[in-house]
Amino acid sequence: MNPEAKKTLRRLVIAVPLMFAFGFALVPLYNVFCEVTGINGKVFQSDNAEKLVIEDGRPLGLQFISTNNENMPWTFKPSEDVMTISTGKYYTATFYVKNTTNKTMTAQAVPSVAPSNAAAHLKKLECFCFEQQELKPGEDALLPVRLLVSDELPENIENIILSYTIFDVTEYDDEAVAQHMHEEHHEMEH
Amino acid sequence: MSAVIENHHDDHHHGPAKGLTRWLYTTNHKDIGTLYLWFSFAMFLIGGAMALVIRAELFQPGMQIVEPEFYNQMITLHGLIMIFGGVMPAFVGLANWLVPMMIGAPDMALPRMNNLSFWILPFAFFILLSSLFMDGGAPNFGWTFYAPLSTTYAPPSVTFFIFSVHIMGASSIMGAINVVVTIMNMRAPGVTLMKMPLFVWSWLITAYLLIAVMPVLAGAVTMMLMDIHFGTSFFNAAGGGDPVLFQHIFWFFGHPEVYIMILPAFGIVSHIIETFSRKQLFGYSSMVWAMLSIAILSFVVWAHHMFTVGLPLAAELFFMWATMLIAVPTGVKVFNWVATMFKGSLTFETPMLFAIAFVVLFTIGGLSGLMLAIVPADFQYHDTYFVVAHFHYVLVPGAIFSIMAAVYYWIPKWSGNMYDERLGKLHFWLSFIGVNVTFFPQHFIGLAGMPRRYPDYALQFADWNMVSSVGAFLFGVSQILFLFIVVKTVMGGKKATDQVWEGARGLEWTVASPAPYHTFTTPPKVD
Amino acid sequence: MSLKYFHNLHLKIFSALFVFASPMHADWFALNMTRGVTDISNEVFELHMLIFWICVVIGVVVFSVMFYSMYAHTKKKNPVAASFHENHKLEIAWTIVPFLILIAMAVPASKTLVKIYDDEAGDVNIQVTGYQWKWQYNYLEDDISFFSNLSTDMDEINNLVPKGEHYLQEVDEMVVIPAGKKVRFLITANDVIHSWWMPAFAIKQDAIPGFVNTAWTKVDKPGVYRGKCTELCGKNHGFMPIVVKVVEQEEYNQWVDEKKQAAIKMAELTTKDWTAQELVERGESVYAVNCVACHQTNGQGIPGIFPALAGSDIVMNQKDKNIEILMEGVQGAAMNSFSYLSEVELAAVITYTRQSWGNAENGDGEIVVPKDIVDYKKPKI
Repeated sequence: MNPEAKKTLRRLVIAVPLMFAFGFALVPLYNVFCEVTGINGKVFQSDNAEKLVIEDGRPLGLQFISTNNENMPWTFKPSEDVMTISTGKYYTATFYVKNTTNKTMTAQAVPSVAPSNAAAHLKKLECFCFEQQELKPGEDALLPVRLLVSDELPENIENIILSYTIFDVTEYDDEAVAQHMHEEHHEMEH
Repeated sequence: MSAVIENHHDDHHHGPAKGLTRWLYTTNHKDIGTLYLWFSFAMFLIGGAMALVIRAELFQPGMQIVEPEFYNQMITLHGLIMIFGGVMPAFVGLANWLVPMMIGAPDMALPRMNNLSFWILPFAFFILLSSLFMDGGAPNFGWTFYAPLSTTYAPPSVTFFIFSVHIMGASSIMGAINVVVTIMNMRAPGVTLMKMPLFVWSWLITAYLLIAVMPVLAGAVTMMLMDIHFGTSFFNAAGGGDPVLFQHIFWFFGHPEVYIMILPAFGIVSHIIETFSRKQLFGYSSMVWAMLSIAILSFVVWAHHMFTVGLPLAAELFFMWATMLIAVPTGVKVFNWVATMFKGSLTFETPMLFAIAFVVLFTIGGLSGLMLAIVPADFQYHDTYFVVAHFHYVLVPGAIFSIMAAVYYWIPKWSGNMYDERLGKLHFWLSFIGVNVTFFPQHFIGLAGMPRRYPDYALQFADWNMVSSVGAFLFGVSQILFLFIVVKTVMGGKKATDQVWEGARGLEWTVASPAPYHTFTTPPKVD
Repeated sequence: MSLKYFHNLHLKIFSALFVFASPMHADWFALNMTRGVTDISNEVFELHMLIFWICVVIGVVVFSVMFYSMYAHTKKKNPVAASFHENHKLEIAWTIVPFLILIAMAVPASKTLVKIYDDEAGDVNIQVTGYQWKWQYNYLEDDISFFSNLSTDMDEINNLVPKGEHYLQEVDEMVVIPAGKKVRFLITANDVIHSWWMPAFAIKQDAIPGFVNTAWTKVDKPGVYRGKCTELCGKNHGFMPIVVKVVEQEEYNQWVDEKKQAAIKMAELTTKDWTAQELVERGESVYAVNCVACHQTNGQGIPGIFPALAGSDIVMNQKDKNIEILMEGVQGAAMNSFSYLSEVELAAVITYTRQSWGNAENGDGEIVVPKDIVDYKKPKI
């Protein structure tokens, strides 16, 4: 085989693992893309939303919905279904959760915002969805989420829906998942 | 690579080895091409049999012959086998036979890898098919295997499915590397890039696409494997993953894959139309540019398969416009083919009939593709039989007709014998009618509201489903005739001349018929 | 579209012929997309027809040239081919003209899309959750929640009895929405990805576990509209239809009230923590009215005629079978179904028999609560 052909071959052989790695790189790329655009209503922790605080924001309806993913027997519901809020202000909402089973279980709540273009403007200072929740049999809790909706929210949006789906992650390797979640939040911080 | 030269010296004197070992150990591009073609034909029959199971079940409303669970296994395996076992290996087989002969090279650049890339394929499909007999049955989540149906909710055989996809991917990547190295480095002096036959061009672009996206598919199935067995959460929302991410990665592979299955067809059809029009191809350079732009655009349109997953408005608009843009280069190709025929001196041998049917029916498939790009309308078309009709129009009378056309066109060169023209024409007409009776009514069924991947349906879809099933059996049975014609031609028949076709151009027609075991051991002179 | 045809007098004869020819009452005229019943669905339909006709015209022009060439430029008629193989002006033209046509398509398509993406809140907000293989509807403002299951008989699917008019397009409980109001659907899923498609409203949105997608509609015309799941979600993907009933506001309010009442009643049944004592007390009176005649006060029945409950294995150890017998009765025996009793009455009387006459001591001693009866009544797939 002539040297030119070897060169071509070498390049192609290098390209293959690179493209394989690119497939994996799509995962963090997608997350960054989601954070910027709010695709799928992903909401990430933001520590520096202080500058978004304003006095005379506009009124806004905030509706909470809760869903139990399959096999999740816990009681899980918002303390209040609807809140009237104003943009540029911090609010705390709570969700009631109770382990109705007779064994200790671990849960992970996954947030989603609708409409999706509101997600980028919804800033969470703290959220129970940032970590797993472990409850003993019969134990219950009020889980807080502290949030602010930026005044940059598009004008036509008058109502935001914040949804949490609660998953049973008792069976999962807790540390691996926690690590994953932690890294993700770390990545997302500016 | 000294092995090539040694091999070549040996074989030059002795010709092909005898018996089974010839096929097992062969590094000859013609042998490997033949192996690929026969393998893909076998897969075509198996995948076709599964299609007939599907159509038999859908012949009437109600569940008659299979369970919904088995039905889902059939649609999954039908798709995987036809794409990865039928169409793709057939094109690789054609590339093996034709690329070296068209560029005046003695063989493929990497003959031993060539042997390997073929011989791992039967194992991949053995594994895939054996999953039918495993506990929990074969993969049942569709050929697009969306998570979490294919991860958390998959049957145990999903691991074997992942393994077989890895093998198929490795085979395709090796085949593609071989094609690129061959084309870039082994052209006879004088065969410049812009003088290359279009089939070679189409395969060069296809090979680059394969190298770019098959590893991404491998990545996607590897992530699935990790989610299923190693506790990661790439696609599992509970662990911070995202099932929609799977679809993005899948279609980042999947859309270029669609063009992988059609670009070589563009090349084949260009040659055949040119030959039987007895007129030089119209707009050679625009054909090349059109293929290049289609290939590049294929990387920025993937989300048009996902218009209903809840993308933001801006993304929907972008992917709609980008997708519509593909109509421009595709249109250029169709116009070029028509302009080639215009004022030509046409005859209608079997390859030409298949090629003309390709142009007409592929265009219909392309136009329905344009309709599917319109997002608001796609909300009604998406995942209905309209989509099924669309992609079968581009894949069956598109890709598969082009493969059949290629077989009729080049088989005199491969075997040294002319095929039976009357039988060939009969095969064409049966296939043509069968394909249209099968797939045209599916446009109606889809628009009227029948979703795809349904084992049973409401009564208003009954009549056209029945028509479609009748067409499918006609098409299926006619392929037995194809097998008969090919075997008959290989066994004997009227001797073919070296040029075979009056209007044929290109280096492959300058060698003897049948093509000697070794061709262009000394590079031909090309002006 | 098909209905219109069938209502057309001219076509009555044809339709009669087709019905005669095809025992399935199938529909040769089911050829095109539905126009639907909303402004958006009408716009989508117009868009579809516009693009369709543009495609037809393009196809006809291209194929005419090609077929003309196949007719006029055969080897017989044109033994020597022309020699041209490029024409830059022509090539530029057929690059630019399609581009312009595409812009003409993209403009109305984009406009309609922007309308579909209108994010205002709805007057009624309904959370739609896809399950393997049914839909759950949750009215956010009114605390109404129910499952909607396929109601087509398995015997119809298995071809044992003739198929009904709405074969595979009927459910046990329809989604009811008010006419003339903006209704927003918040679509999600519980297990795998599903997709909620209502052709008459031109809504198709994927239901993805962990994520909420939105779609909205405003239907002016009351009626019943039928849709389907359009994302492969496993075995019964083809068997989880969607039926939406649009009613006038008044009727809607009435429906909401009824559902709320039922929900309150249901909540009492299912969330109250019943004790064995409470159930036994209630059960004793139910037993006295309904059972005592045959099974006797001491639970011994009448040997050879009515089986004893005291010491019965079913009553002592087989809770599910116990419920089933009360609900379905026993074929060929005097035991009828008591499913007309309320959930509380049924649970109470079963618990009474399981706790009396030494059954609790000799058997598993499990009680049956009203929720068990509610669960039993849920359709099984």
